[in-house]
Amino acid sequence: MPKLRQVIHHLYMSQYLEWTFVLPSLALLLLFALPIIALIWRAGGDGLFPYITQPSVISALRLSLWTSAVSVCITILTGTPLAFVLARRKFTGKNWVELIVDLPVVLPPSVAGIALLIAFGREGVFGGWLSVMKISVPFTSAAVVIAQTFVSAPLFVRAARIGFAEIDPQLREAAYVEGSNEWQLFRHILLPLAGRAILSGTVLAWTRALGEFGATLLFAGNLEGITQTMPLAIYLGFEQSLNIALALSFILVLVTFMLLLVIRWLDKAKDWRM
Amino acid sequence: MDIGIEVKRSSFLFSFVLILAWLLTACGGSAPVTQVPSTPRTLTVYAAASLTGAFGDIGKAVEAANPGVTVKFSFAGSQILRTQIEQGAPADVFASADYTNMDPLVSENLVAAGVLKDFVTNLLIVILPPQNPANVQSLQDLAKPGLKLILADPSVPVGKYARQALTNMSNDPTFGTDFSTKVLANVVSNETDVKQVVSKVDLGEGDAGIVYVTDASATPDLKTISIPSNYNVIAHYPIAALAKAPNADLAAAFVAYVLSSDGQAALKKWGFTPVSQ
Repeated sequence: MPKLRQVIHHLYMSQYLEWTFVLPSLALLLLFALPIIALIWRAGGDGLFPYITQPSVISALRLSLWTSAVSVCITILTGTPLAFVLARRKFTGKNWVELIVDLPVVLPPSVAGIALLIAFGREGVFGGWLSVMKISVPFTSAAVVIAQTFVSAPLFVRAARIGFAEIDPQLREAAYVEGSNEWQLFRHILLPLAGRAILSGTVLAWTRALGEFGATLLFAGNLEGITQTMPLAIYLGFEQSLNIALALSFILVLVTFMLLLVIRWLDKAKDWRM
Repeated sequence: MDIGIEVKRSSFLFSFVLILAWLLTACGGSAPVTQVPSTPRTLTVYAAASLTGAFGDIGKAVEAANPGVTVKFSFAGSQILRTQIEQGAPADVFASADYTNMDPLVSENLVAAGVLKDFVTNLLIVILPPQNPANVQSLQDLAKPGLKLILADPSVPVGKYARQALTNMSNDPTFGTDFSTKVLANVVSNETDVKQVVSKVDLGEGDAGIVYVTDASATPDLKTISIPSNYNVIAHYPIAALAKAPNADLAAAFVAYVLSSDGQAALKKWGFTPVSQ
């Protein structure tokens, strides 16, 4: 039908095409926004604040903050070199290394928890060696950090790797011509240029570590003050009292939101372009 | 002409999408290949984690007796299930491991009138890993400093019962009044349901745990220490058809089966104590 063809043709040529982008985008945005709005609405309206000062809530918040901070530090210190090597070097077995780095992301967190337990638990495959060194990992805060790092570090490595890979190789040549050595090249040129990607990777890793639940519950266990992070406290608080769970959820949303704001401000404040 | 080719390609794409959408909706609505005598129905049963084995058997028996009916289970800590039902989960039957998680539903009028019954009782037992790494030989050893004890969270029925049993022991001079405090200081994790306690002790990650006797018999390689009846806690399990059950008649039938001699025999096979009617 030539008339129908003309109509479709006009559709594609006109600005109505924009609407075919806007509507699905709006649907997704609403999916993200409505639950958060509902949570804040209900939390604010129900007189949440007495619950926020409960010792179990403070304890879970403090534990979540410091374990995720340690986890992110470990991630940055070990993940940046790994991302750099993956982005700019070729070596045998590189494909396998990339596969291993991507695996924790696609693994369901409960599977990750079981795997960590089987590996590093007291009766685990490698646990025997740790026992010899008098190190027992499960049920400790260290286990929380390990579980968080396991699930969140790959997100950082992926983002940082893209950042390093995007740098024009000619800049490296130019730097050598100017007389820089490898460390100066890395520190003053490559690192700042990949800075935005590293920052976004840090955000991803930190928020993922804060929200980690399945692997933590299975590997580290659940004990107030030692391994009971915010997500665990919310899950258990849900049964005792919906109000406690709402208070905790509200705090977690708030903390994550502030984290994102701080990092976005950092991103804008620094001039990453040389 | 360029625009003509573009339109040809996009109209092909358009019709392709239409055909795909039609296929998907056609597949969704197609009739089943085998004819069933009655309309297929699904009964949703929310049950405490400790009932996993026994209710699995009972579910199969109910399906065999009612052609076209599928019984779907959700096993978890009773406290989780209770919260889900309060928040509107579409369950037909709820079997809890204690009344603490059934009473709120009764007061919120979520339980169908006249269908709330005790259907089994259960007892507690101490479980140890097969290798018994901490060399636990008696109940008193639970207070040994440095022992890794795994309990369920106090909000979980078995966690609550375990703490009651420890208090009972503390009231006896053979254990001492500080027994419960010392034992609770050894807790390294509060799990969200009884099966997680079993798993962690079975793996050897914990030195001991307190669970139901039914869980111990379901996992035979665990070593056990029984708790004498004067300290032990009898766990009463209530079952109820729910007021907002989508399949009220099937729900009542399921509860009736659980209370019948066949249902009680199935539960007894798994180590539960049947209720004397």
